[in-house]
Amino acid sequence: MSQRAPNSMLTDSPAEPPAWRHRNLLDVDILSREELMIVLDNADAMREVLARPVKRVPTLRGTTIATLFYEPSTRTRASFEVAGKVLGADVVNLSPSGSSIEKGESLLDTVRTLRAIGVDILVMRHWQSGAPYLVAKHIDTPLINAGDGWHAHPTQALLDLYTLRSRLGDLQRKKIVIVGDITHSRVARSDVWALTTMGAQVVLCGPPTLLPIDMRQGCNKAGGLPPVTVELDFDRAIEGADAVMALRLQKERQEAGLLPSLREYSRLYQVTEGRLRRAKPGAIVMHPGPMNKGVEISQSVARSPSSVIDEQVHNGVAVRMAVLYLLAQRPE
Amino acid sequence: MSQRVAMTGQDIRRAVMRVAHEIVEQNRGTDALVLVGMRTRGVPLAQRIAVAIAGFEGVEIPVGALDIGLYRDDIRYRGIKPSIKPSDIPTDIADKNVVLVDDVLFTGRTVRAALDELIDYGRPKRIRLAVLVDRGHRELPIRADYVGKNVPTALDEEVQLRLTETDGRDEVTIVSDSAITGGSHVPASAK
Repeated sequence: MSQRAPNSMLTDSPAEPPAWRHRNLLDVDILSREELMIVLDNADAMREVLARPVKRVPTLRGTTIATLFYEPSTRTRASFEVAGKVLGADVVNLSPSGSSIEKGESLLDTVRTLRAIGVDILVMRHWQSGAPYLVAKHIDTPLINAGDGWHAHPTQALLDLYTLRSRLGDLQRKKIVIVGDITHSRVARSDVWALTTMGAQVVLCGPPTLLPIDMRQGCNKAGGLPPVTVELDFDRAIEGADAVMALRLQKERQEAGLLPSLREYSRLYQVTEGRLRRAKPGAIVMHPGPMNKGVEISQSVARSPSSVIDEQVHNGVAVRMAVLYLLAQRPE
Repeated sequence: MSQRVAMTGQDIRRAVMRVAHEIVEQNRGTDALVLVGMRTRGVPLAQRIAVAIAGFEGVEIPVGALDIGLYRDDIRYRGIKPSIKPSDIPTDIADKNVVLVDDVLFTGRTVRAALDELIDYGRPKRIRLAVLVDRGHRELPIRADYVGKNVPTALDEEVQLRLTETDGRDEVTIVSDSAITGGSHVPASAK
């Protein structure tokens, strides 16, 4: 508080967690275990706010958040918008159609314009991997990556982590299976970082054509990711799992010749009730959405008590509130 | 650095007991009474008051906890506290007599934040304020209804309030001198 003496900042109760030192959230790969815990703990407080009769706090009053999405999105964008509004911020949504982006304005020019308008925090999704890194290099507005190409989707990883922690407790040595199109999945990449940092045992599973090439060849450090296990046979992969996450299978993958047929894919890799019996009793099923029911996940599993898919979406708001709160921090 | 003890464990125990009696007396019983402690040290104090009331009235009073981190007025000026804990209001506070409990009353800014937060949960019949120590130097028009002890201080002094639940022992000390290092040093109103 304002009455706190300057020298007291260092000497508050010893349990005080370390300060947050990041201006942007581009990926979870640079976050330590302690920093991940700060986000998750704050998300607990945010969930309590979301459960109140009046879901609004004045924390970010006078702060303007812009969401700039170069790719379609329903839940991520809506969830950032709700998160910002619950914290009392003003939220502006921009997308290429109907804006100057359609007239050929460059990414950096668009972002500079937003800053000049008075945007305090920028939430950006871009089809190009690495795009937010370019923006962060040139503009000092706090930036949250809401998904870039195949590269990263940090807030999805954080909400997955939060959901897993609330269901499974400590993730140390818990077996988490991610099944599907790993190659094209930014969710899988960010999840691998977040889960391995928390000590979970991650197993990636999918058809060989949809696993990164160096992974197929037995190198488990594909694309600079931390060590994970790769298993092509889903029935073996799911054995004793604490959680299974199915990824969305994009129909374009079949058109590109990476899959013989959707039917074969679902026969080998669909999360079904039969397969789920091989997992640990009480194992949970996750999906980042949107789902192709009947392809990567069966209708009945998606609606079964094992499914925490709706909970993931709900937790997404709380986790994004926590991230917005942390990035709104002004320098001391 | 000089340090003087403003309250011993014994003093704290007696003050909590007296405040508990005053609360029940002014409330004319325990009807519609809810205690809400302000994190961190207001929460164990509220629990102690509830235990005291249970002791002489035989009634369990609901105890809640508030973390006013999301309601601070200085986020833009001083940076945020990295971790916020969930507030926990166990009962509907509409039409209740809420007693807000804090450890040290100083500028009144945390109490202002707590009032705003509390009212977001519902419309209490009235809100009263109990503090263990009032050290003066208010910056807002706020006063306590129940005070464990008035401890006049200079602005550059620090009030260190320790409780067994959070710090291993009960004690209130006044530290003058800016060169304070180490220990579970609690600035007058650190929340």
